[in-house]
Amino acid sequence: MTRIQELFSDQLNVINVGIESFSNDLREQNTPVTNLEWMPPGGGNPKLIAALDKLEEPDMAKKIEAANKEAVERIIQSQPILTGYEQAIHVVPGMTKTTILHAGPPIEWDRMNGPMKGAVTGAIVFEGLAKDLKEAEEVASSGSITFSPCHEHNCVGSMAGVTSASMFVHIVENKTYGNIAYTNLSEQMSKILRMGANDETVIERLNWMRDVFGPMLRDAMKLNKEGIDLRLMLAQALHMGDECHNRNVAGTTLLIQALTPYIIQTDFTVQQQKEVFEFVLSSDYFSGPTWMAMAKCALDAAHGIEHSTIVTTMARNGTDFGIRVSGAPGDTWFTGPAQLVIGPMFAGYKPEDSGLDIGDSAITETYGIGGFAMATAPAIVALVGGTIDDAIGYSTKMREITTAENPNVTIPMLDFMGIPSGIDVRKVIQSGVLPIINTAIAHKEAGVGMIGAGITHPPMEAFEKAILHLVESK
Amino acid sequence: MTVQVLIKKNTYIDSVSLMSLSTKANEIEGIEQAIIAMGTEMNKEVIENAGLMTEDTEAAAASDLMIIVKMASREEGERIFEEIHELMNKKKDTSLGTTEKTYSTIQAAAEDIPDANVAVIAVNGLYAAREARKALEENLHVMLFSDNVSVEDEISLKKLAHEKGLLMMGPDCGTAIIGNTALCFANKVRKGNIGIVGASGTGSQELSVRIHDFGGGISQLIGTGGRDLSEAVGGVMMLDGIEALEQDPNTDVIVVVSKPPASKVEEKVLAKVKQCKKPVVVWFIGGSEEKVKAAGGHFAKMSKEAALQAVVLSGIDEETLDTHPLNIQLIKETQVKMKPEQRYIRGLFSGGTLCDEAMHIALEKFDNVYSNIQPDPAYRLKDASISQAHTFIDLGDDQFTQGKPHPMIDPSTRIERFKEEARDPSVGVIVMDFVLGFGSHEDPVGAMLPAIIDAKQEAEEQGRSLEIIGYVLGTELDSQNLEGQINKLQAAGAVHASSSQNAGLLAREFVVKGEKS
Repeated sequence: MTRIQELFSDQLNVINVGIESFSNDLREQNTPVTNLEWMPPGGGNPKLIAALDKLEEPDMAKKIEAANKEAVERIIQSQPILTGYEQAIHVVPGMTKTTILHAGPPIEWDRMNGPMKGAVTGAIVFEGLAKDLKEAEEVASSGSITFSPCHEHNCVGSMAGVTSASMFVHIVENKTYGNIAYTNLSEQMSKILRMGANDETVIERLNWMRDVFGPMLRDAMKLNKEGIDLRLMLAQALHMGDECHNRNVAGTTLLIQALTPYIIQTDFTVQQQKEVFEFVLSSDYFSGPTWMAMAKCALDAAHGIEHSTIVTTMARNGTDFGIRVSGAPGDTWFTGPAQLVIGPMFAGYKPEDSGLDIGDSAITETYGIGGFAMATAPAIVALVGGTIDDAIGYSTKMREITTAENPNVTIPMLDFMGIPSGIDVRKVIQSGVLPIINTAIAHKEAGVGMIGAGITHPPMEAFEKAILHLVESK
Repeated sequence: MTVQVLIKKNTYIDSVSLMSLSTKANEIEGIEQAIIAMGTEMNKEVIENAGLMTEDTEAAAASDLMIIVKMASREEGERIFEEIHELMNKKKDTSLGTTEKTYSTIQAAAEDIPDANVAVIAVNGLYAAREARKALEENLHVMLFSDNVSVEDEISLKKLAHEKGLLMMGPDCGTAIIGNTALCFANKVRKGNIGIVGASGTGSQELSVRIHDFGGGISQLIGTGGRDLSEAVGGVMMLDGIEALEQDPNTDVIVVVSKPPASKVEEKVLAKVKQCKKPVVVWFIGGSEEKVKAAGGHFAKMSKEAALQAVVLSGIDEETLDTHPLNIQLIKETQVKMKPEQRYIRGLFSGGTLCDEAMHIALEKFDNVYSNIQPDPAYRLKDASISQAHTFIDLGDDQFTQGKPHPMIDPSTRIERFKEEARDPSVGVIVMDFVLGFGSHEDPVGAMLPAIIDAKQEAEEQGRSLEIIGYVLGTELDSQNLEGQINKLQAAGAVHASSSQNAGLLAREFVVKGEKS
C-alpha cells in the first residue's frame, strides 16, 4: 500500500507547527495532535539558517553523520579508570611552579571575576609565591604567572578550577583509547578556594590536603593495581539517585568504600586516617571532581574528529562561557558571556550576590549527566523548579539536542533510558534548545565562597560562533 | 530586632529542600532573615558568620532541624513561625509524570511518536520550506499553510514528496479534509464517496459544503496550494492527488477545482482525467468547456453546478434534491427599486475563490469589472483601497494581510471597507461571504451586523435602496451555528444567498438595467 493510501486508512496523527489554534481544532475532532514548542531556527538569523542548510547538503550531511557517529561511539565506549593521585607538577602536561590553571576558556587576570581572582591569589599564597593576598595580587598582575585553561592541559577544575603545581590531582586513564585526564581534589565545605575564598583557614586546609589527604590517597591507589572503574561506579551512582553534578551522596559513598581497603593499608596513622574519613564525611562533594575527570577523559577521546559537530567541552571562567567542538580540533574555543545561575541560595544571600556561572563542571552535562540526568535525582528537584515532572522534562528535552543514548549509564525512572549523549551544535541551533546545567553559585566577591546552587544555560552565542566556524572551515 | 530559634529534635529534611525552604521563608513579611537548616557543623559555621548564633543553636545536633529567624519585632514571632510551618507542610503534588511531553523540533517529535503521519506547518515563510523538508524526511505528509515560500522551494519539496509517495499540500494551502478530519480552514461535512483535489481553499470549502447540502459526502479533500498548477510547479500535487483518489477504494467520484491552469499543465491534468477510471468533475474557474469535455471530464462552470454533478455521479437522484434555484421574483422586484445611478456591484470577500467566482459571473454581463485579483492587468485595481465601477476585493490577498490576521479570522478591515462602499451612491449592491468552520471567526455575521444595520438605515434616509447580499459558507455541523448566522443576516434586512454561485448571480442580476435583464 502506498503511503498516501495508508494515510487514508489510518488514524490521523498530527504534528502541529506554528499556529496553536489549529491543534485545538484537531483535538476537538478527537484527532491526536502534538503541538511543537517551535522557535525559528538560529533565532531567525538568516546567516545561521544558511549555515544549517549548508551542513545539511547531502554530501556534507553524510560526512557529519559518520563523524558524529564515531565521536559519540568514542564517548560511550570510553572506559575511564581511576588509577592514582599525584601532585600536579609531576603529572599534568605543561605544569610549572609558576603556572596556574583555571576553569573555562582562556582569560587574562584583568578580566577575571571576584571568585576567580580570590582563588588565584589564594593559590599564589599557597604555593609560596607571595607572602600574603595583597602581594599575591601584584604577582598575579605582574606577568610572572602563566595562566592557562585546565582544559588545555588534559585537566578540569570545578568552580574557579584553580590548579597549581603542588596540589594533588586525580589520574584517570581511558582504558579504551589511552588518553589521561586530571582534576584536583574536593576541598569539601563551602568556604573554599575554588569558590573564591582564600583566608588562612582555606590555605591551612590546602596545606593539609597537600601533606596528608593527597599523599594518603596516592599511596592507597598505589596498592590498587586494577584501578577503579569509574564508568561502572557512575552508573551505580545514577541508579542510587545522584545526577553526579549537584548530588554526589551515593557516588561519594561508593568511592570512599572502594578506597577504604587501600587507605587502611597505607603507612599513615589511624588518627590521620580518621581525619581523612571525617573530611570525606563532611560533604557529599568528595566524588564530584572524580566524575568531572571521568567525563573529561571520555570526551577528550572524541575531540578532533574531522567534520564532527559534537560538543566536547562546555566550560566557564566566570566571565566567559566557552565550548569546544570535535570538528574544530585543538584549543579552538567558541565563547559568549557567562550567565546567571538561578536557584535556591544559602540563608542570608540574595540573587544579586551571585557571581556568574563558573567552572569546568559543565563537562558532566557535556557527557550526559548533571542537568541532563536530572530525572534520576528526584531528591534535588528543588534546584530545577521543584517538581519531579520538571526534572523528567529536562532529561527528555535534552534528547532533542543530543545524538545518542549511552547504554552504559541509564536512568531507571525513564524506563532505563540511556543518558542523552553527544550534544550536536546543529540541533541546538535548529531547535533553540540550550543545554541545561546544574551548578553551584559562588559569591561574586573574592573571599566569600559558595552561596547557593541552581541551573543555568550556555549563551547561544557560543553555539552560533561554532556553527559558523564549522561551515567556514569546510 | 530579635532572633528567635526553634529546634525541632530529630527531624530530617534534605539540604536542597532546605535551601529552597529558606529562600521562600525569606519572602515572608516581617522576616529580616531566616535560616532553616540541619544542625551540622558546616551550617553552624554559616550561622556564626551571619551573627545569628544562640545557645540553643549551639546545642543542636546534626539530626536536629534548626529554624532561625531574625525579625523586627517579637510580637510577630507566632505568625511567622506558623507561616514557616505552612511552607514546610505544603501539600504535595502526587500526580507524577502526567505532564504532556513537549518537543521543539519535528524530528524529535516524529522519532518519539511513531504513529504521527501528518505535519501541519504554519510558520513564517522564511522558515517554512525548511520545516516542510524536515517533515518529509521523517516520512510525514505535509500540509504547508505558510505562504511566501519561493517557487524553487515549492518545486523541490513537491519533487521530494512525489519521490517518497507523500502528500505535499501547499505552500499556501489552507484547506484539507483527511479521513473526515478537517485541517486548518475546513468545514464539518458528512463522510462520503466524493473526493476533492483543490488548488483553491475556499473553492474546496464551497464544494464540500454544497456536496454536504445535497446529501453527498466527502472521502478526502486534498489541497495542493494555489501555485500548484502554474507552469513552473507543473501540477505535481494535483496529479498525485487525482492518482491517490483514483486508487482510494472509498472514493467513487473526483472533483478538481482550480483557477485556470497554465496551458501546458492543463494538458497534463486533462490527460490524467482522461485516463482516470473514475468520473472527474472539473471546475476551473472561468475555464474552457471544450477541452474538459474532450478529455472525458464533466465540465462545471460554477461551484454549485460542480457539486450537483458530483453528487448525481455519486449515486444521488437529482429529482430528490432542492437545487436552490434563483429567486426570479426577488430579482425583478429589486431591479425596480434600484435608482438609475445605482449601477455597481461591490464585492468584499474573505475567500479568494468566492471572490473569483462572483467576479467571473459579473464578467459574463459587464466589461467594467475591477478587482485586486483581476487576471487582465487593464482591470486590475491600481490602488486596491479605492473601488471603481464593479469592484470585487479579495481581502485575503497579501496586500491586506501584511501584519494582520486573515479576514476569515479578523473582520476589522472588511468592516471599514464596507462602510465606505455603503456610502457610495453609485453602488446598488454589496455582496459578502461569511465563512464558517474550523479556523474561522466564531461569529462572522455578528461582527458585521452593526455596520449592515447602520448602512441600510443611512441609505433609506437618503432614499436609496442599498442591497446587501450575504452568503454563509458552512454546514449545520459547524460550530458557529449556520442557521443562527443566516437568521441574523435576514433580520438585518440583508439578502441571504444559498450558495457562492447564487450570491454572484443575484448580485449581478440586481444591478442589471432594462436592456440586459
